[in-house]
Amino acid sequence: MWAFINKLRSPKWFYAISAKLQPLFWVAATLLLLVGTVWGLVFAPADYQQGNSFRIIYVHVPAAFLAQSIFVSMAVSGLVFMVWKIKVADMAATVMAPLGAAMTFVALFSGAVWGVPTWGTWWMWDARLTSMLILLFLYLGVIALRGAFSSRDSGSRAASVLAMVGVINIPIIKYSVDWWYTLHQPATFTITGRAAMTMDMWAPLLIMVLGFYSFFIALTLMRTRSEILRREANKRWVRELAEETN
Amino acid sequence: MAFSSLNEFFAMGGHAVYVWAAWGVTALLMLVIVWHARQERRQLLHAVKRRVRRENAQRQSSYAQSLQEPVTSAQKDVHHDA
Repeated sequence: MWAFINKLRSPKWFYAISAKLQPLFWVAATLLLLVGTVWGLVFAPADYQQGNSFRIIYVHVPAAFLAQSIFVSMAVSGLVFMVWKIKVADMAATVMAPLGAAMTFVALFSGAVWGVPTWGTWWMWDARLTSMLILLFLYLGVIALRGAFSSRDSGSRAASVLAMVGVINIPIIKYSVDWWYTLHQPATFTITGRAAMTMDMWAPLLIMVLGFYSFFIALTLMRTRSEILRREANKRWVRELAEETN
Repeated sequence: MAFSSLNEFFAMGGHAVYVWAAWGVTALLMLVIVWHARQERRQLLHAVKRRVRRENAQRQSSYAQSLQEPVTSAQKDVHHDA
């Protein structure tokens, strides 16, 4: 176990292992997103109340899932960095933040667009919407805070702390639809309990969610590798590696 | 299939604007993210390579000077290194 943790400390080891894992996740992401898109847009039946506008769910829900999962991953990486001083964890947290912000934006935007035909408004200060907007600001705060220090280590620690504190917002987002029952519909997608939709609507949603998660993993591996190149540019193994690759 | 023609598919039962705006922005953003990650990796690799080349050149020129000999003999060593 300690041997494993010590290996994790080494950016070189991460760089090598992620090179092998990365293609798997890119292939999985591409296939799942293609199948999910065609199934969701073309084959899934129209909703009996919302018609075809419900097809927005296939980008809205996966993006909202990722937006929250990425924040939790970022907070966990921050904790790992603070406790064990594992640099790779901080590099991963660095590259996760912009993707998380992008996914929060996608969730908010697709939700606003969906709201027009469904609720008759693109925005309301509903609990779910407001807590998602706060999530976007938290992401932007983490990114800004990281860049606000002249020493990289101070920035990393500040960003880690903000991520760990900000994670409180995640259960608030999750339960907002139950605590303050206003406009946003409750969860359509539960692991336990019965499905709120029929199988032919639900299956493409599951595929899209898995596709988005694969995309997140693939991109995080790829950009953490880039971050290693950026921060470890003086190490001999990075130089040798740069010489080899074209 | 939920649509009987291509036109019907694009019309999305009157909800074309909403469906295509949400999907379009999502797809575009994800493509830009992937494109950016590729560019970033390429540029960082180039930067490391440039730096290694520059520092090798510096090391070689100081080596040549320290030998206080015609540069040609030092250049032979250079080729071995590279």
